[in-house]
Amino acid sequence: MDLKERVCGELQKEVPKGASFTNFNTQHQQKWEDPSSTSDYSTRIEPPFQAFNQTSQTQSLLLCNNQIKVPMQDGSVNDLLQASKIQDWDPSAMLNNLSFLGQKIHQLQDLVYLIIGRKGQVLGRPDELLVQQQQLVTADLTSIIVQLISTAGSLLPSVKQTLSAATTSLGQCGEYGGVVFPSSAQGLNDGVQPQNAGGSKVSEPPNSVDITSNNGNEQSNHIIEEHELKDEEDAEEGENLLPGTYEILQLEKEEILAPHTHFCTICGKGFKRDANLRMHMRGHGDEYKTPGALAKPTKESSSEPTIIKRYSCPYAGCKRNKDHKKFQPLKTILCVKNHYKRTHCDKSYICSRCNTKKFSVIADLKTHEKHCGKDKWLCSCGTTFSRKDKLFGHITLFQGHTPAIPSDEIKAAPAGTSDGATNKVGSVNFNLSSYVSSESEVQSSSMDIKGGIDDAVGYFSPLSFDTCNFGGFHEFPRPTFDDSESSFAFLLSSSCNYSQKSGEE
Amino acid sequence: MKKQKPDNLKGFNPFNQLPQEIIFTILDLLNSNPLDIKSFSLACKSFYAAESKHRTSLKPLRQEHLPSILSRYPNIAHLHLTRCSRVSDTCLSFVSHACASSLRSIDLSRTHLFSASGLLGLALNCNNLVEIDLSNATELKDSAMAAVSQAKNLEKLWLARCKSVTDLGVGCVAVGCRKLKSICLKWCLGIGDLGVGLLAVKCNHICYLDLSYLPITSKCLSPILKLQHLEDLVLEGCFGIDDDSLAVLKHGCNSLKSLDVSTCQNISHNGLSSLVSGAVGLQQLTLAHGSPVTSSLADSLKKFSMLQSVKLDGCLISYDGLKTIGNWCASLRELSLSKCSGVTDEGLSSIVTRHKDLRKLDITCCRKITDVSISRITNSCNSLTSLRMESCTLVSREAFVLIGQRCHLLEELDLTDNEIDDKGLKYISRCSQLSNLKLGICLNITDEGLIHIGRGCSKLLELDLYRSVEITDSGIIAIAQGCPGLEMINIAYCKDITDHSLLSLSKCSRLKTLESRGCSMITSLGLTAVAVGCKELTKLDVKKCPNIDDAGMLPLAHFSQNLRQINLSHSSVTDIGLLSLAGISCLQNITILHLKSLTPTGLAAVLLACGGLTKVKLQAEFKWLLPHRLIEHLEARGCTFQWRDKVLQVELDPKCWKLRLEDLMP
Repeated sequence: MDLKERVCGELQKEVPKGASFTNFNTQHQQKWEDPSSTSDYSTRIEPPFQAFNQTSQTQSLLLCNNQIKVPMQDGSVNDLLQASKIQDWDPSAMLNNLSFLGQKIHQLQDLVYLIIGRKGQVLGRPDELLVQQQQLVTADLTSIIVQLISTAGSLLPSVKQTLSAATTSLGQCGEYGGVVFPSSAQGLNDGVQPQNAGGSKVSEPPNSVDITSNNGNEQSNHIIEEHELKDEEDAEEGENLLPGTYEILQLEKEEILAPHTHFCTICGKGFKRDANLRMHMRGHGDEYKTPGALAKPTKESSSEPTIIKRYSCPYAGCKRNKDHKKFQPLKTILCVKNHYKRTHCDKSYICSRCNTKKFSVIADLKTHEKHCGKDKWLCSCGTTFSRKDKLFGHITLFQGHTPAIPSDEIKAAPAGTSDGATNKVGSVNFNLSSYVSSESEVQSSSMDIKGGIDDAVGYFSPLSFDTCNFGGFHEFPRPTFDDSESSFAFLLSSSCNYSQKSGEE
Repeated sequence: MKKQKPDNLKGFNPFNQLPQEIIFTILDLLNSNPLDIKSFSLACKSFYAAESKHRTSLKPLRQEHLPSILSRYPNIAHLHLTRCSRVSDTCLSFVSHACASSLRSIDLSRTHLFSASGLLGLALNCNNLVEIDLSNATELKDSAMAAVSQAKNLEKLWLARCKSVTDLGVGCVAVGCRKLKSICLKWCLGIGDLGVGLLAVKCNHICYLDLSYLPITSKCLSPILKLQHLEDLVLEGCFGIDDDSLAVLKHGCNSLKSLDVSTCQNISHNGLSSLVSGAVGLQQLTLAHGSPVTSSLADSLKKFSMLQSVKLDGCLISYDGLKTIGNWCASLRELSLSKCSGVTDEGLSSIVTRHKDLRKLDITCCRKITDVSISRITNSCNSLTSLRMESCTLVSREAFVLIGQRCHLLEELDLTDNEIDDKGLKYISRCSQLSNLKLGICLNITDEGLIHIGRGCSKLLELDLYRSVEITDSGIIAIAQGCPGLEMINIAYCKDITDHSLLSLSKCSRLKTLESRGCSMITSLGLTAVAVGCKELTKLDVKKCPNIDDAGMLPLAHFSQNLRQINLSHSSVTDIGLLSLAGISCLQNITILHLKSLTPTGLAAVLLACGGLTKVKLQAEFKWLLPHRLIEHLEARGCTFQWRDKVLQVELDPKCWKLRLEDLMP
């Protein structure tokens, strides 16, 4: 099994296991306030990689403290975790988060100092105050830790999701679930935010939407409906309604692009969904709080025969326009909106992760962002796939398309030949005549091995820190190639945390 | 005038008149012996040039020499680099430029060090390349496969044990090499359904497909079975394929001629019949170590009239199963029942009485059969060319007379560990076509019988007398005189054999392998004779021959320039003798355990001097006595070390040794 997968597996298993949260806190506190360790790390860190190393440092500290070590299991290979390469993270957002956390910690530190200071004066007082203070500190620490985890989680996109499950399942900090995740999502979606702002409350970050939908209230039905409808535009193709059997409605461009369609009659605030408007109305008086007012307005049309409504796109010449020869109507208003935006509007939403994909419908962007960077299966034509079988299906279909080999391997291969192999061979040839010169060859090969180790450390950055404490190895330049079972073997032999060898198959 | 004539003759070379085609034809006929070719090329400049142009195949020992060799031979089409333990990318790029369009096949199995960039050069420059063997290149990754996929004309690709290649890599090959006909993916554990499926979809010309031990399921089988030209399909050890998933397949492959589903425990007769349904032309079927052979399994194969060869090694066979095989409509040419439990006289008789055309029969370790079976076999299958019946212990010595009397066409006969005696050998010597005879652990045979063999079987190429302890010099001398073409002889632990045997064996000039372990009487003198006489000697085993010493090594180094493998354990050879072996440039494999007078410094010198070593077996203590850097250097040169730490065991008396062996058997 690949070492990386296993290490990731450990990471994943370790975090949820910190169930005894108070225990976790105290340990964390001790370690955190140990100034020597932090400064020690920070001095060694090279400026360009500062942000990066900090994250790994914080994360590693966190994991270090969690002393409940899960013994290695011949675990299932988690596909998601394979994708957890630390490529697509926003360093500036991370820095912001971290500095914010730093401030919080300093505040807490001051508080604790204060408590210690007072303790001397208020000897003999009842313990109530002490208990209160302790609770206060604990609560603060818990919030810091949760945010820290979420920050670390944003670093590893897939872990983020497992963490969300973990944190919400922990009853103690369940309340943070809603708070923390939008914040981390904001960190990631920085570039998107200006556009989001127009939508006010309604355009919530995706995670919170998911949370509300989990609650299973009425609002969620609408949201689910929306998602379904979004896909329906394509599914509808097969629908064969005879012309004339349905009523054709055509909204104007301005109507389609209007941000809100439901307006509060009292304050004039606009909403995208009627359900949200109804929720809003509750604030305007008790009469809007009755179940009847909150309920979905039932369609009374059941008595009379319904005329099927279909929609036409206002864009002349469009296949969805009623004047088109092969007119194909759109099913709902939402279909019209999405169709119009997708086909006839600028794609103004740009993915903040890849900066290449553009969308005109924000839901599309969000769907994309969920998977952006996870598409590791690449075709020679540039198309990416989240699943290997999809890629192979694509290749089967198109002539001349080939699977693209991941770039890290391609980089590794030529480097390996130019540096390692040819040099070695050269010196071997030389060595045939003289024994003395073999020293140089041996040295170069040993350097290679070190390079390999260094690489392994760098590659598994956050974890090698805490498992084996290589420290000094980071002084070596970044290596040129990964590979070699030998380097893994070395790595493992020096780290006592692993019971099994990963090199063997 | 008189003076001019000899002048004219002097300048006249009759070979100059010969067209090149005729010289090439002559060289074609010389090809059987490399030494002849060598002497031809060294005769004169024009011969040298002719030979250089004629040679199309090369098997160099060291990559360092490739540049000079390739400049000498411009028309190399087949390059075997298997003996170079390391081939660098620089070397491959040189090959790709030197051979360019003449190169048709390259064999890189068992070599290391090269990578994707070297392969890319080959694929791009050698546009006529149709065969690549990359077996055992465990470190090759998908990028290397992407490089291979640039060889658009590739027809044959061997990737056995390329463990790091995944579906992506094989996908690249599938898309790039559309003309692929044969591909072997054995042990490529990283390849699954997707890669194999894509291969079957994209490469329509595949006729040979080896998918042994791949983690595939039946998902990839439906595109495979749709291949129009597929003839050979090997699914050995594909544990993911089972009856249930095979049942979904609508039809098998029509063009299939050979199917191997050995070690597929999950395939029973139901799955098998859906695999072979429609394959009317099926000729060869291997079901070794699979599910039990019952009458229903045998029944499902009843209608294949073209079936010629069936291998059921290691299967549990019922009497009904054997009986049903006897009722098949096909007439089998080849049947292998080695290590099958359940083979009885009745069952075997019912098969051989029907399949009279049987040419090859393997009943190794069918321990239940007796003289009755042998009588039936010899009675009905007169055209047998190969009979392997090692350890058929219930067969009495009289039965072997029948073999000699009735099966005159035998070429291969394995009688290891049987009760045969001199009378049996006398009759077997009637098989004049015999080329391979194994008489190991036959304790009842003596020189008398062997003299008969020497007289009758002049075409003998291989003779195995391992632990047939009654054999002495006179028997070996008779063999050496009667079988001049002998290539391999094993006289291990025939303790009475002396130098006289070796002296007579030195007349067998084609001898390639000599194994004389534990022949304590033979000395360096005999070895010298063999070295001088047998120029083609490639493998020599003189383990536990205490009288072999340095005096034997010097002539060996001088005369046996083709020696590739030597075992000198427990002999009296010292540093000096070993060092002299460095003169043999072919020497690759050397085993030197328990050499009393071997010193670390001497060993270091030997290892450095033998530049072509690829495998060395040494006492484990030398691992610490040799400088670590030296070992690293040698390993970088392509040499692998095997450290042994086995305590010396006292040699048992041969007869008591066999008794002990029988005690161990259930």
